[in-house]
Amino acid sequence: MIKVKDLKKRFGKLEVLKGINAEIKNGEVVVVIGPSGSGKSTFLRCINQLEEANEGQIIIDGVDLLDKSTNINTVRQEVGMVFQLFNLFPHKTVLENIMLAPMKVKKIEKDEAEKIALQLLERVGLRDKANVYPGTLSGGQRQRVAIARALAMKPKVMLFDEPTSALDPEMVGEVLEVMKSLAKEGMTMVVVTHEMGFAREVGDRVVFMDEGMIVEEGKPLDIFTNPQHERTQSFLNKIL
Amino acid sequence: MDFRFDVIVQYLPLLMKGVKLTIQISIIAVAVGTIIGLFISLVRLSKLWPLRWLAKGYVEFLRGTPLMAQIFLIHFGVPPLLGINAFNPLYSGTIALSLNSGAYVAEIFRGAIQSIEKGQMEAARSLGMTHAQAMTHIIIPQAFKRAIPPLGNEFIAILKDSSLVSVISLQDLMMAGRIMQGRSFRFIETWLAVSLLYLVMTLTLSQFVSYLERRFSKSDQS
Repeated sequence: MIKVKDLKKRFGKLEVLKGINAEIKNGEVVVVIGPSGSGKSTFLRCINQLEEANEGQIIIDGVDLLDKSTNINTVRQEVGMVFQLFNLFPHKTVLENIMLAPMKVKKIEKDEAEKIALQLLERVGLRDKANVYPGTLSGGQRQRVAIARALAMKPKVMLFDEPTSALDPEMVGEVLEVMKSLAKEGMTMVVVTHEMGFAREVGDRVVFMDEGMIVEEGKPLDIFTNPQHERTQSFLNKIL
Repeated sequence: MDFRFDVIVQYLPLLMKGVKLTIQISIIAVAVGTIIGLFISLVRLSKLWPLRWLAKGYVEFLRGTPLMAQIFLIHFGVPPLLGINAFNPLYSGTIALSLNSGAYVAEIFRGAIQSIEKGQMEAARSLGMTHAQAMTHIIIPQAFKRAIPPLGNEFIAILKDSSLVSVISLQDLMMAGRIMQGRSFRFIETWLAVSLLYLVMTLTLSQFVSYLERRFSKSDQS
């Protein structure tokens, strides 16, 4: 459902993505790993055009994102994103955070939006926090709300940009649990993470990036136990 | 030294008339200046450089020239251009004050908008909101809250600067003071009374600003 062809991205003179080719199938969970500065977050952010790509093609469900006639706002409704720093709206309650986009973007009635929001909160285990402000929540709770907020738009794909990197260790588990259950339900997911346990357990495919290129990809077990490329080996040696 | 409290009492009705006009002008200038300021700040953050440049020019001109010159310019300079004899000083005074405060408010809002974390805009856009929706629902409400303390300063400055409209013979509190002084020759009484009346107004205003701060901080609980 997502096809990326020869994607290039430059920040000024620095070429961060040097031609990425990738295909993500419906229902697939792809985990992107790699050292910092390898371009994995930029790659992810190109998929919903938070970073404008300079060259190449990104095709989601047949729609080319870089085509000038494409309305990116329509595409983004179908592509949910979860950020490292949660980015909840601090001036809105948890419930309002989740209801806002369905109401303003999809023009869903308030009652309906509230129903969806409450169901999602139930699902991430935070039904009792509906009416508090994000400032009162722990990091793990905030990230679960952020996941619910993205899901409220009923996206076809979910992008996760290091969703557990800003969390205290004891809160990583609760967020990963929610992501695992999403994966089980067949959600298409692209996850940039350093959680190798998650990659191994949930990932259908692991993509290793370094210096703006995809160096190696394959089944988690193969990548972790039998990496072919020397750079993959040295990266895995450092973190495992 | 004798302090003639009775003189103050005698001239209080005159001063209160001035207070009324000062309040009227200031309230309009605060309201219009806030709207102008929000608009100019958004233009200053626009992607089109000619618009940005115009907005910057507006701010630099109104911030970099004396308010009194601006009042004269509008009151005496603009009517001939429009082929009119004269403006009602109430209009020219209020317009000049509003335009002037708009420049300061624009800078306050620009700073506040730029202080909102980039992730807020990204989260809003990633949910499919347009840039305008993200500004309206996410960025501006948060920026407004951050702008309240400096806005409070600006509102108090407007109230005091409104005294400059007396130069085009508007009978505000400052002008009422000058009349009282001219008739009574009681200088201390006059200017003490005028100052205290300004102080009462600015204190009321700062109370109002504190109330706004409290109201908007309901999401700060943690």
